[in-house]
Amino acid sequence: MNNPVKRSPSLKITLAMMSVLGMAIAIVVAVAVARHASSAGAAQPLSAAAGSFDTTLVAKGAWLAAIGNCNTCHTADHGTTFAGGRALPTPFGTIYATNITPDQETGIGRWSPSDLLRAMHQGVDREGRHLYPAFPYDHFTHVADEDVNAIYAFLMTRDPVRAKAPANRILVPRAAIGVWKSLYFKPGAIASDAGHDARWNRGRYLVDGLGHCGACHTPRNALGAEKDQEALAGGSAEGWRAPALNESSQAPALWTVERLVTYLRTGFDAAHGTAAGAMEPVAHNLSMVPEAEVNAIAVYIAARMGASAGARATAAGMAPGAGNAARSEPGEDAPIDAGKADDGDAIYRSTCARCHDDGRRGIALDHSTSTTDTTPGNLIRVMLEGIHPREGEKGGIMPAFRGALDDAQLASLVSYLRMRFGHAPPWQDIGSEVARAKRELASEDRKPS
Amino acid sequence: MITLNVNGRVHEVDADPKTPLLYVLRNDLKLNGAKFGCGLGQCGACTVMVDGEAVYSCITPIFVLKGRAITTVEGLGTAERPGPLQQAFIDEQAAQCGYCIAGMIMRAQALLERNPSPSDEEIRVHMNPALCRCGTHMRILRAVRRASDAIRNASPTGKRT
Repeated sequence: MNNPVKRSPSLKITLAMMSVLGMAIAIVVAVAVARHASSAGAAQPLSAAAGSFDTTLVAKGAWLAAIGNCNTCHTADHGTTFAGGRALPTPFGTIYATNITPDQETGIGRWSPSDLLRAMHQGVDREGRHLYPAFPYDHFTHVADEDVNAIYAFLMTRDPVRAKAPANRILVPRAAIGVWKSLYFKPGAIASDAGHDARWNRGRYLVDGLGHCGACHTPRNALGAEKDQEALAGGSAEGWRAPALNESSQAPALWTVERLVTYLRTGFDAAHGTAAGAMEPVAHNLSMVPEAEVNAIAVYIAARMGASAGARATAAGMAPGAGNAARSEPGEDAPIDAGKADDGDAIYRSTCARCHDDGRRGIALDHSTSTTDTTPGNLIRVMLEGIHPREGEKGGIMPAFRGALDDAQLASLVSYLRMRFGHAPPWQDIGSEVARAKRELASEDRKPS
Repeated sequence: MITLNVNGRVHEVDADPKTPLLYVLRNDLKLNGAKFGCGLGQCGACTVMVDGEAVYSCITPIFVLKGRAITTVEGLGTAERPGPLQQAFIDEQAAQCGYCIAGMIMRAQALLERNPSPSDEEIRVHMNPALCRCGTHMRILRAVRRASDAIRNASPTGKRT
């Protein structure tokens, strides 16, 4: 979930140019750096015996690992937690997340605390090779040593699992990552900001560091680096739009600290919607984190949003969050012209309204992030796939409509919902967005599990 | 009048365009396999197939279905000649009260048409949205597995080996 999924020809061209032109320098620099950094054989493998770690430290490591969302990337679909193997699509190829259980051969069983510290802070593996920044060390470099050590204690007390991740299928050689790092990687801790209180500072530390929120919520440049000047201005993740978490947020209802805590810990807030797509596992993880930590995250994010664009529009009476009725007009019972099979209004009234009108069961769509954000992708995804609670857990269900509605009907409905509830300019090219989402879903269906 | 293609037959239906497909199937076409459960697309008892995808007929208005191929459990076989999934559900005795079973079969059919050899995990994930209150889930999963095996082992002439 650290990687934008969109592909574009220009990226490939840029990449090819970089590969050719920068290769000589890259290899020289990178090999030198890597050799210098290598510690393989220097550090003694630690005992992975559970008894060798303080239980309080392990417990702290557990919640920190949850904030870091380690399990999401380092677990294959239906695989053993932390045993790796999950495919992470990037614009440059596919990277397979590694096994971070303490298995001696295939996991990190031989890693010392300083090996993990170095991986987190400098982005190199135990052998000193550069790690691809799909592992978000551009954020993890900010994590304090004591927190990394707690995560180490937690990981080393998990059951070792023998599982080797498939080989990466990526165009960029590791050596080129050295150049990438020299351009974009800024190692080191973030200094505390005396102008803000301790909670805000803790929140920033978690958001910019371990939480690596920007990995999805910040747009990336052509070489896959986050654009610092647009931090938290909205990005993408696994085909989903990751909405802006700064003042450009389009959410019509103000994201208060309380609402953020509710959303992050339960995966739902009535004024914004459900944590879906790549955000679902984040909220699931945060449900197991002490509330004080989530509260700090919320304090910082709420401060970053301030009086966001969407909330200002609401206050100015432009959006229905100001109190306009969201009930169907002319009402569910009004006649429908049978000849217009792809009429968005008719589809809404006969299909969506029974749950979404006035937020009777589903969220009122004038509050939904998916109708009010800048792109239609999330709304289309939710219609196609629905929203389902994770296996074995209760939760609200939005049924999938990918079989019921054809492409033209979906596009018409999306256009209608935007016009009716988005209170923002219409989206362009909805038809091709629908087709793209269907292609992506079909390829996900075919992936082996 | 709205034209619906159900189980390969064309029907002219005189009903309000926003009538849920389930009501038309049961009340007008007398196809009583699909059941009314929750009426909100949450339980799956009403599941049918539209163009090969599992669809909740209780929340799908008929006017969006013009020209689409609708398949109900009646379209998979008869009591005398049950289809592979129907036969597998019988062989595994996968029904207790039976209320969810037509929906279960149609959801499974959509999977097997797309992927005749799903893994056990894929079957579980695909069947997850369909509810059974009696608790015959293990038999239902076995029945889908059995049907998949039967289809895979079928000879080119269609007869089982």
